[in-house]
Amino acid sequence: MANYVEMWKDLGMDLETHDALCQVLPTAFGDVYLSQENRPESMDFWDMVVADIHGIRPAELIEAQKNGQKVFGTFCIYVPDEIVIAANGIVTGLCGGSQFWVSGGEKVLPKSTCPLIKASVGARLDRTCPFFRIADMYVGETTCDGKKKAWEILGRDVPMHIMDIPQMKREKDIRKWAEEITDFAAVVEVFTGNEIEPEKLKEAIHIVNEKRKALARVFEARKAKNIPISGKDALLMMQIAFFDDPVRCAQMTNRLADELEQRIQDGASVFPAGTKRIMVTGTPMAIPNWKLHHIIETSGAAVVCEETCTGTRYFERLVDESRETLEEQYQALAERYMGINCACFTPNTGRIEDILRLAKEYNVDGVIDVNLKFCCLYDTEGYTVEAALKEAGIPVLGIETDYDDADAEQLRTRIEAFVEMLG
Amino acid sequence: MILCFWRTRSIREETVFAEQEVREIHYIGIDIGSTCAKVAVINEKNELVWQAVKPTGWSSVEIAEELRLLLKEQGIDVETEPCVATGYGRVSVPYADKTITEITCHARGAAWIHQEQDIAVIDIGGQDTKIIVLEDGRVENFMMNDKCSAGTGRFLEIMANSLALRPNELCELAEKGSGVSISSMCTVFAESEVISLIGKGEAKENIAYGIVESITDKVVGQCRKIDLNGKTICLTGGLCECEYIRKSLEKKLRMPVLTSPLNRYAGAIGAALSVRKSGT
Repeated sequence: MANYVEMWKDLGMDLETHDALCQVLPTAFGDVYLSQENRPESMDFWDMVVADIHGIRPAELIEAQKNGQKVFGTFCIYVPDEIVIAANGIVTGLCGGSQFWVSGGEKVLPKSTCPLIKASVGARLDRTCPFFRIADMYVGETTCDGKKKAWEILGRDVPMHIMDIPQMKREKDIRKWAEEITDFAAVVEVFTGNEIEPEKLKEAIHIVNEKRKALARVFEARKAKNIPISGKDALLMMQIAFFDDPVRCAQMTNRLADELEQRIQDGASVFPAGTKRIMVTGTPMAIPNWKLHHIIETSGAAVVCEETCTGTRYFERLVDESRETLEEQYQALAERYMGINCACFTPNTGRIEDILRLAKEYNVDGVIDVNLKFCCLYDTEGYTVEAALKEAGIPVLGIETDYDDADAEQLRTRIEAFVEMLG
Repeated sequence: MILCFWRTRSIREETVFAEQEVREIHYIGIDIGSTCAKVAVINEKNELVWQAVKPTGWSSVEIAEELRLLLKEQGIDVETEPCVATGYGRVSVPYADKTITEITCHARGAAWIHQEQDIAVIDIGGQDTKIIVLEDGRVENFMMNDKCSAGTGRFLEIMANSLALRPNELCELAEKGSGVSISSMCTVFAESEVISLIGKGEAKENIAYGIVESITDKVVGQCRKIDLNGKTICLTGGLCECEYIRKSLEKKLRMPVLTSPLNRYAGAIGAALSVRKSGT
């Protein structure tokens, strides 16, 4: 590992506390990831990224900043990366997925806030994550009450732009989202000093579409009878996709997809034949939250699909690349993004349709619907999700959990029992 | 040792050797719960040959060894006879050929005891409560408390402690009480509620009543979240021996709740039956 201490120091990080995080992560990664057998060789790229997760990419971002580029930190897959890329900016995901940061968030937020928000705020305020230090501007959005209020607290510490997400999906709501995108573009233009031109936006749309296609290829491979990649590895690929350069992400992901397609031809699988196929639905799993996948995949089952923001919601459907004017392009972006079925919308029947469709496409034996503790939206929608799955004859297990391991053994019992039920 | 004390009499009875003749193949089921460890042995005719219960103590590994010796006294060698372990300590049974969760085992055991393939099982264990719905003898749905220990055996134990009672005494006393409700769901807060009631001079039976009500309210609340489909309901786990709890559940669910002296062995019996099922 290269020495990044100077860089972290320059970022004003709390080195002592950060060291504690750096010490636990390799052990966790070793236990959860490196203990797996017969992994695809192409996962070496992601192993390397994780090994230096607070080093390699942050160093690249700082280098880019020296060359005048601006870095935008985002928290939601509704925020269009294309706009930032078109203005020669860089997007990095900022969602916190570790219990390590939760206590920092709890200093300013109520305990009854979801761990994702608490970890994200804690990572910034405690100065223990380089990405949160590097980002020049944070882009928030109004997906839930917890986030809306958290932005007000974060906004005292860092420049923030908030995008107002509609709560319904009528024509006028899509138009409204196109307006929000237009406003965001203006903010990005001023902040970067670069004008967004139709040609540049077209190129940006193409770049992000190529990334989506690559991620979709890996997911396509997971539909195979012989499962060529573990759910944990696929999740890791998705988690890193939020941080990586989009062109390199597509390149490395396509390389992985090539290998997976070859594995399918060779009949290679990471699981014994007959392993139960599970789809996980619900709230996102930000890095390094591998808890549920690890329990499932060490309880005799395999995760073959995630209907989450760190799963299909991130890459399904492309943005129309044929539009020529900025106005048309913003509309095309709005149409694609408003197709993401997040529980913050009402009604949200599209998500139920997605889940039933994915269950079929990935030939799943059962669904585990999970929500992070205190995520009122996904928790409440879980009722509708479970009812729809039961009606379709697909076994479902509802789980509420957070980042800490206090409930790990209880979850294991429930998940093992669920897998036994499928057998 | 406070664990299991309200069952000491039955333990002594059940560890007396069974009189059945020793048969050739024995299927062993071991259920290491948070409070008590149970063992059940069935024969090739699916008949229960022997069963026993012991306090789990602080070490699952030690109790597993103790059960091994008990089985040996019965002429049953765990090394040669097939064995399935269940319960939270299932991974600590070195001689088990397989582990299966207590949810599946309680379901199988209850179906066997009550000779009913469509049954709903309420298992009130030491540290968790499960509602399991069976359809044709298979687990169709289940629910487990995931928030805290309210509505579990541990809750009852702790509350009984603060009243200087044994859990079974608390249950018996509760039947005579009325008028008190314990509103806190958190065991620690509920304990301070009980202590305040004691401080106020509230009659012991009324406090006991409030404690049992709190447990059965919680369990019934869980039952309402799962479709019991009008199935026969049975009570398994350590608390099945508290008659007043069974009665209180029956009243609140407005359905008959069955139990039997064997129901606390449902998990172990289910594990023993699973040996045969899984061909271990």
